[in-house]
Amino acid sequence: MLTLLGFVVIALVLLGSAAFAVTRLNLIHAGLAFAVTWLAVGAFYLWAGAEFVGLAQILVYVGAVSMVILFAVLLTQLRMRATLPITLDDERRLGAGLVTAGSAFGLIAAAILVGRPDTPAAPHRALTARELGEALMGQHVVALLAVGVLLTAVLIGAVIIAAPSDPDGTEGGA
Amino acid sequence: MNDDGSNFWTTLDQAPALAKRALVGVLPESWAPLAGALVTVLFVCLFFISIFALLTLVERKALGRMQNRPGPNRTGPFGLLQPLADAIKMLVKEDIVPHRADRLLHFLAPVILVVSALLAFAVLPFGRDLAPVEFDGAILFFFAAGAGTEFAVFLAGWASHNKYSLLSAMRALAQLIAYELPLLLAVVPVVMLAGTLVPQGVVEAQAGYVFGFVPRWHLFEPWGLAAGAVFLVAALAEANRSPFDLPEAESELVAGHLTEYSGFKYALFFMAEYLGMTAMAGMMVTLFLGGWHAPLPFLEFLPSWFWFLAKMFAVLGLFIWVRGTLPRLRMDQLTRFAWKLLLPLSFVNLLAAGLWHYSAAWDVPAAPLVRWALVFALPAAAFVALARSLGKGLGPRSYRYAC
Repeated sequence: MLTLLGFVVIALVLLGSAAFAVTRLNLIHAGLAFAVTWLAVGAFYLWAGAEFVGLAQILVYVGAVSMVILFAVLLTQLRMRATLPITLDDERRLGAGLVTAGSAFGLIAAAILVGRPDTPAAPHRALTARELGEALMGQHVVALLAVGVLLTAVLIGAVIIAAPSDPDGTEGGA
Repeated sequence: MNDDGSNFWTTLDQAPALAKRALVGVLPESWAPLAGALVTVLFVCLFFISIFALLTLVERKALGRMQNRPGPNRTGPFGLLQPLADAIKMLVKEDIVPHRADRLLHFLAPVILVVSALLAFAVLPFGRDLAPVEFDGAILFFFAAGAGTEFAVFLAGWASHNKYSLLSAMRALAQLIAYELPLLLAVVPVVMLAGTLVPQGVVEAQAGYVFGFVPRWHLFEPWGLAAGAVFLVAALAEANRSPFDLPEAESELVAGHLTEYSGFKYALFFMAEYLGMTAMAGMMVTLFLGGWHAPLPFLEFLPSWFWFLAKMFAVLGLFIWVRGTLPRLRMDQLTRFAWKLLLPLSFVNLLAAGLWHYSAAWDVPAAPLVRWALVFALPAAAFVALARSLGKGLGPRSYRYAC
C-alpha cells in the first residue's frame, strides 16, 4: 500500500514538472523544471530498487545534462523567451493531439498488459552494483564496447564542431 | 572487562550508537525506525553545524597567524565568541531581494545548496559501525549529492537578475564541471581495488599494517598517492576553496553568484560551502587515509570516531594552510589545469591501479619493491611529461618596472 502511494507521488511530481516544463515560455524555468523531472525519474529508479541506476541518473542528468541545457540556453538565446506559440490556435489541433497521445498510450499499455508473465514475480531483491558490473562485462560486453565507440565518435565530432577554424587566432573577427 | 568482553574503550568506541539506542528505547517499539533516523539526523546536523562555527574561527585565526597578525581576539577569550557574533550579525541584517529578481528561485538557491551539502554527510563512516546510512552505491550517492550543489550555484547566479552574478555563476559552473571528472576518476581506482561501493567496505580494505607499523592506507600505495593528490586538488576546486575560489573571491566580479544575497541567506551559502568542504575532507579520509583506523598498532585502543575526526581535522587544516599560502588561479589556468593535466593523469592512474592489481600474482625476487616502483613510475612519468609539455614556452618571467 505504501509502495503504491510512493509510486503515485513520484509519478505525479514527474508528470507535473514535465507538463510545467513544456508549457513555460521562459526557457530557464523550463530547464529547471526538467531538472525536477529527472530528479523524479531518479527517485522512481530508487523506488524500483535499482539503486545504482537511480544514483547514476541523478549524478548524470541533474548534475551534468541540466547544466548543458542551461549553458546552451544562456549562450545562444538573447531574450530567453520561446517565440513559438504554445496556446491553442485551432480546435482541430486539440482533437489530433488527443488522438495521437491516446493511441500512443493505448499501444504502450497494451504492450505492458499483454507481455505480463503468467508466473508471479520472484521475491523482490535490489540489484547490487557488483551484479550489474558482472552482467555488463559478461553477457553484454559487446553492447558496452559499441556504446563506448559511439560515445568516443560523438566526443570527437563535438570537439571538431566546437573548435575554432583558425587555431592560431590570426584571423580577425569574433 | 565486562561479561561480554567489552571494556571501557570498546564502550566508548560505540558510545554514539549506544546513546542513540538508549534514547530511542524510551519510545514505543513501532516508533523506533523513525525515531532512530530523526535522532541520527539531528545529531549529525547539530554536530557538523557546530564544527562549521568552530571552523570559521580556526580558519580566521590560522590565516591571521600565517599573515603575521593575530586574527579575531576581541570577542571573548581568544575570539571564541566570534562565531556567535557573526551569527547574530547575519540574523539581524536586512534580507534584500532585488526588485526584478526571481523571488522563488532566489529563495530556493541557498536552500538547495544546504540540503545537498547536508545529504552528503549521510554516508560517511564516522567510526566502526557508525555510518548514519549504509547501502550499496553509497559513494555514488555522495557525489550525486554534490551535483545538487552545482545546480544551486547556477540558480543563485541566475535568479539574482545581475549580469555579474550570472557571468560568475557560469564561470563557477565551468569550474565545477571541469573538476568533477578528475574527482570521480580519482575515486574509481579506490573502488576498483577495494571491490565495493560501500564506504565501510573501503575502510575495511585499508585495515592492517605492513612491516608491523606502516598502515595499509590507500594513500601509501603508489596508485593511491597519485589518486589522493588528484582527489585533494579536485576537492579543493569542487568546494570553491582557494586557490580555486574564483567564483566568490572579493576581487572578482564583486562576490560572484553571492552578490545579491544578504543576511541569513549569505550565511547559509557560507555554511553550505564549509559543510561541503568538511564532507569532502571526510570522504578523503574514508577513501585514502584509512577511515577510522588508527595509524599505529599500539594506538588502536582510542575510539574509532576519534581517529576519523582527528584525520578529518588534519585534512581541513591542510585546506586552510593551502588557502593561506597559494595565490588564486585565473579562469583559463584553472580549466586548462583540469582538462589538460588532471584528467589525463587520472586516466593513467587507472591503468596503474589495474597494473597493481594484476601484478599481485608476480613472484619475481623483491616483488613488492619492483611492483611499487613500476606502478609509481606510470603516473609520475605521465605527470612530468604533461607538466613539461603544458609549460613549454612559458619561460621565467621578466619584470619591467615603470621607472
